[in-house]
Amino acid sequence: MTANSQDDLKPFQAPLNDSSDSADAPTNSDRYWAKSLKIVGIILFLWAFVSLGCGILLRDILDSTMPSVGGAPFGFWMAQQGSIIGFLALLFLYMLLMNRLDRAHGFGDGDEQ
Amino acid sequence: MNQDIWNFIFIGASFALYIFIALRSRAATTKEYYVASGGVSPLANGMATAADWMSAATFISMAGIIAASGYDASRFLMGWTGGFVLLTTLIVPYLRKFNKFTVTDFLGDRFYSNVARAVGVICAVFICMTYIMGQMRGVGLVFSRLFDIEIWLGVLLGAGIVFFYAGLGGMKGITYTQVAQYCVMVFAYTIPAIFISMLLTGNVVPQLGLVGDFTKEGGDAVPLLTKLNTLNSELGFSQYTDGSLGRLDMFCITAALMCGTAGLPHVIVRFFTVKSVKAVRSSACWTLLFISVIYLTAPAVGAFARTNLLTEIHGTRYVEAPAWFKNWEDRGLIAWVDKNGDGVMQHQSGNAFDGKPVYADGRVEDGPRVVTNSLTTNGNEVFYEKDILVMANPEMAGLPMWVIALVMAGCVAAALSTAAGLLLVLSTSISHDLMKKIISPTMSDARELAWARAASFTFLVIAAYFGINPPSDFVAKTVAFAFGLAASSFFPTILMGIFSKRINREGAILGMIAGVGLTLGYIIYFQFIADHKNYFLGISPEGIGFFGMLVNFAVALLVSAVTPAPPKEIVEMVERIRNPQNAGEATHE
Repeated sequence: MTANSQDDLKPFQAPLNDSSDSADAPTNSDRYWAKSLKIVGIILFLWAFVSLGCGILLRDILDSTMPSVGGAPFGFWMAQQGSIIGFLALLFLYMLLMNRLDRAHGFGDGDEQ
Repeated sequence: MNQDIWNFIFIGASFALYIFIALRSRAATTKEYYVASGGVSPLANGMATAADWMSAATFISMAGIIAASGYDASRFLMGWTGGFVLLTTLIVPYLRKFNKFTVTDFLGDRFYSNVARAVGVICAVFICMTYIMGQMRGVGLVFSRLFDIEIWLGVLLGAGIVFFYAGLGGMKGITYTQVAQYCVMVFAYTIPAIFISMLLTGNVVPQLGLVGDFTKEGGDAVPLLTKLNTLNSELGFSQYTDGSLGRLDMFCITAALMCGTAGLPHVIVRFFTVKSVKAVRSSACWTLLFISVIYLTAPAVGAFARTNLLTEIHGTRYVEAPAWFKNWEDRGLIAWVDKNGDGVMQHQSGNAFDGKPVYADGRVEDGPRVVTNSLTTNGNEVFYEKDILVMANPEMAGLPMWVIALVMAGCVAAALSTAAGLLLVLSTSISHDLMKKIISPTMSDARELAWARAASFTFLVIAAYFGINPPSDFVAKTVAFAFGLAASSFFPTILMGIFSKRINREGAILGMIAGVGLTLGYIIYFQFIADHKNYFLGISPEGIGFFGMLVNFAVALLVSAVTPAPPKEIVEMVERIRNPQNAGEATHE
């Protein structure tokens, strides 16, 4: 449990940490959590849209209205290859956004590779 | 040099490499055994996770399923990659910060209950056992075809080598052998695909060949998929780009596979081996990138294989059939029955005969093997096992012998790497979660390690037994169990444990029991009891895990709302795991 006890002893080194005296005001950690929920929400919305949305639910509409990808109808291509490329882009975006959020709240240091 | 020598060289060289790595990284402490000391680089962990994730079924069967069912197979492509987005955004960064050895540890601690821990152990053992049986069977099949030995000998050979590096080396041994196995797999999958893509579409990049033009027979170039649709329609098959599954069913199966992926313990624990939460995020990107190389190739391989089958087999006289057709017929995976007696093979929609081929002894000179099954009345005369497509692909394309040997080595690598990861979860479930945490908390580190090795040996013996004597279709049917169970147990419960501070012991346990109960009941009813297929809302057993998950959420939230909130230290623990700082090294306590 060494890591956890360190957590308790060491105050946050956040440059933005303006933890106020009032116990009710949101702390740095609360604001960090609210923002990370927002990031996760956006990523998961896009995740569901490219796969379950484009690949399955909207597939027929996309096939008939969107230009085909090379020789493949758009919806079919999304289901077989496009969604996977989308997932990759989303994970990369998630990594960038979360790392930036960590730094903004002073959680990024001391944990570098 | 003949094919057998090439096979020996490739399989032998890859085995020598795995054993060499295993000997160099033998685990001495439980920490090395469970999480490889927590110091694996994100890139190496990405490769290892990719190898761990892609099983014999993915490697050998997936392209065949795509070839046979076209659009419908997209559920596997999306489900088995999309799960990583859920896994990365909702599960692994937090469990890594939680900083323990196993997934079940989280259930036990977060829900302050050994009952939750025990339910976790049961689910983990069940999920992994189902999976590992299929892997042992896969190794056995490849070996038996390669070296003309009996399947049991092949299974034992595979089991022996897995025990050698997983049982002895633990996570440390597994990680670096999986890195090597990923490299073997990726070459084995893409090299034949590149050759075939050039042959059919003139495109060097097989992933682009899927959307490219079919250029093989000269004349006007038509898009490959259009060509395939035309061929399919001419022979009475449904169009390649059309699906036959109901939309709701397709939705539920895809969602269940995604959520199941995010709840599979052997994938989650791989992320416990990296240094920090930040490393978890980059490692997840690497993992999906490595997986995508193969998953983007698979739909192309499927479409190529389908085109080859339809153009080369249908309407060809048997005496002029390509050599690979007769090779695989010799091994019992292809059959032709000349229903109309014209000596020409007709391949159409429907089964040529009932069940799998049963051959009579001997064969007429220049004639096919005689099948004794009762014939169907439709016009189809050709039977082929879907699993052969990846293995037969290099032969279909007329590739050199060393490529065929490489594909065989890739099949073995896929099965061994997954089996090793599963074996690790199975052995830690017993040694750590059951023995150390529930039965004998004062056990020493060395004793726990001995338990882990003994458990992995025992599980391997059971898995090998079922690999040699698969209970008929049991293994294929129980794959639905593994994903359904993971989607209705681990995934929702871990998710709520992280994202809700209010969820308590009673809610989590009852939620898991309700979700798993519904899923298991539905699957068992339709797979083993009912002989009809009047599914609820048209949802097949494959997709019911999605509903089980919703039930788990609903029950857990309701029960938690009417029972006392979790104690203060649990709420503090949840707050701690939400903060990515100082993930430290995985610990025992």
